[in-house]
Amino acid sequence: MDLFEYQGKQYFARFGIPVSAGGVADTVDEAVARAEAAGYPVVVKAQVQVGGRGKAGGIKLAADADEVRRHAGNILGMDIKGHVVHRLWVEHASDIAKEYYASFTLDRAAKKYLAMVSAKGGVDIEAVAEEDPEAIARMHIDPSVGFTAADAAGLVESAGLDPEAREGAVDILQKLYRCYVEGDADLTEINPLILTPAGAVHALDAKVTLDDNAAFRHPEWDDFRDIDELDERERLAKSKGLQYVGLDGFVGIIANGAGLAMSTCDVVNQVGGKPANFLDIGGGANAEVMANALEVINSDANVRAIFINIFGGITRGEEVANGIVQALSRVSIGAPMVIRLDGTNAEEGRAILKAVESDKVISSPTMLDAARTAVSLAGGAA
Amino acid sequence: MSIFVDESTRVVVQGLTGGQGRFHGLRNRDYGTKIVAGVTPGKGGQDVDGIPVYDTVAAAVEATGANASFVSVPPRGAAAAILEAASAGIPFVVCITEGIPAHDEARVYNTLVDTFPGTRLLGPNCPGIISPGKCNIGITAGEIALPGGPVGIVSRSGTLTYQALYELKQLGIGVTTCVGIGGDPVPGTNFVDCLAAFEADPDTRAIAMFGEIGGSEEEKAAAFIASSVTKPVVAYIAGVTAPPGKKMGHAGAIISGSKGTAQAKMSALAEAGVHVVNNPTEAGIKMAEIVKEL
Repeated sequence: MDLFEYQGKQYFARFGIPVSAGGVADTVDEAVARAEAAGYPVVVKAQVQVGGRGKAGGIKLAADADEVRRHAGNILGMDIKGHVVHRLWVEHASDIAKEYYASFTLDRAAKKYLAMVSAKGGVDIEAVAEEDPEAIARMHIDPSVGFTAADAAGLVESAGLDPEAREGAVDILQKLYRCYVEGDADLTEINPLILTPAGAVHALDAKVTLDDNAAFRHPEWDDFRDIDELDERERLAKSKGLQYVGLDGFVGIIANGAGLAMSTCDVVNQVGGKPANFLDIGGGANAEVMANALEVINSDANVRAIFINIFGGITRGEEVANGIVQALSRVSIGAPMVIRLDGTNAEEGRAILKAVESDKVISSPTMLDAARTAVSLAGGAA
Repeated sequence: MSIFVDESTRVVVQGLTGGQGRFHGLRNRDYGTKIVAGVTPGKGGQDVDGIPVYDTVAAAVEATGANASFVSVPPRGAAAAILEAASAGIPFVVCITEGIPAHDEARVYNTLVDTFPGTRLLGPNCPGIISPGKCNIGITAGEIALPGGPVGIVSRSGTLTYQALYELKQLGIGVTTCVGIGGDPVPGTNFVDCLAAFEADPDTRAIAMFGEIGGSEEEKAAAFIASSVTKPVVAYIAGVTAPPGKKMGHAGAIISGSKGTAQAKMSALAEAGVHVVNNPTEAGIKMAEIVKEL
């Protein structure tokens, strides 16, 4: 789960990472109230999960209440690369002497954590990595060993941060590491990490991605759930706990397992169709899950045929078949569906499906044939 | 021959008394796998359909001589279960659990490397391993695999693994061992480990490899194949149509920037001399051609 900037800052604050005084506003009046509390001048920042907010006019400096009103009014409702702004973060504007960069993430190739610190912050760090890789100090951390104050000091020094910033940066790095590990984040990133003329170091931005798999031990994450960012189909899928990604084609896809679901999208594409979505019902999916999946696909008006591709391992064929039967009695499925069922208890599943087979519910034995049938029922290539 | 597991493998199932553990543990036994024990803390002394249950892995090992573990434990207990198996001296641990927190996974992987180098972990979030006709640990439906060889299979995706076994069986081609390494960001066993083992196994004469978008394991495999694999390799990479930046179910299956795309992986593999195909069915057909020439 990607956090919005304001959520990331709230999460940082839990771990003692200094951030600017500020607050959340959903209306112009709220923005003014937050600004008064934070103290002028303030920065009014659009809360959307997309880069380039500043360039799009979504981040503005305001010296008084009138300016806050004007900027907040402009930014609320603004469309930034397809993301509509519903919320603002208003914070006290900081004086900036220097901008740095700091992050923790997993280096999958090394199978260890990777800390990165740079004296070149405030810009796109991937561009820095391309053009001037030496400007980023990197350190691998063994998760079973941890990250010490000495490690942090070494990183800050090799990154070449200004001497007056080092003590503050070492402290923040240790807290950012705690936020990363104890906070079960996939990524904690501060860009920019700033040094003020007064010599203080603090986080001016917050980028946090939480590991959804760890939600069971973080009841406090419930506050962060915000599904405004999703399209309607994705919202419905999420509310039903399904792994769904909306695409722009016309063949609805349901498969079990991420690999098979991806492969199913690929095969539909190869035979001239276009997948409307990626939907993985996961391992061990039962009848209820299948019925939910069909409901989500059915809610997509672009879907002209449905391809259900199930290869049973942990998922049992008769459960899948029961789900399809259940869904057919629960919702009126508009598009014809082609079902390919194989693996664990596939024969039991196919026997159950026999009862509901029609010219709109078709069983097909192989993945390629099923894809061809589904695409032709959908009217072929668009 | 086969890799990692065979008819001498004696398996303890951690979580045998749970729903999934029981279902798949008994299926594995029905297949002919030597399931010698189960472990569930607090349930020592009971049995599951005649399989004795112990409180700890150490007790199960002492009583039954188990030399492999099948971890079927929910996410919150899986990391501890893997480490318990390792500290009991189990050399091969298969963990099918989906949804283990990434930090738990990273800690377990590095603890095994640092403290228990004698233990190989397969998974987590994987379908397991099957040496057809000899041993099946995990959730693979054993009847879809034809025993005997000459093909070894390694796959990141569970259902694509089944698909691969099935395609080969339709064509009458046997399999030495099929390893599902799983789709998580920190797999205990990777492509290179399996490619090296297949290269060393005289009965495996061709290798099928099923990868997917995200990460760089397929690129590493390509480099290893170029330098160290003499046997023919057929590869399929899923996710050609996946949009960048979206998580496609597997935590690992995400494209960031230009890295980890299906196209980049396919190019790297093709350059290493691998037969790269466009879908699982083509993989079977290509493999049939290769096997005929062996």
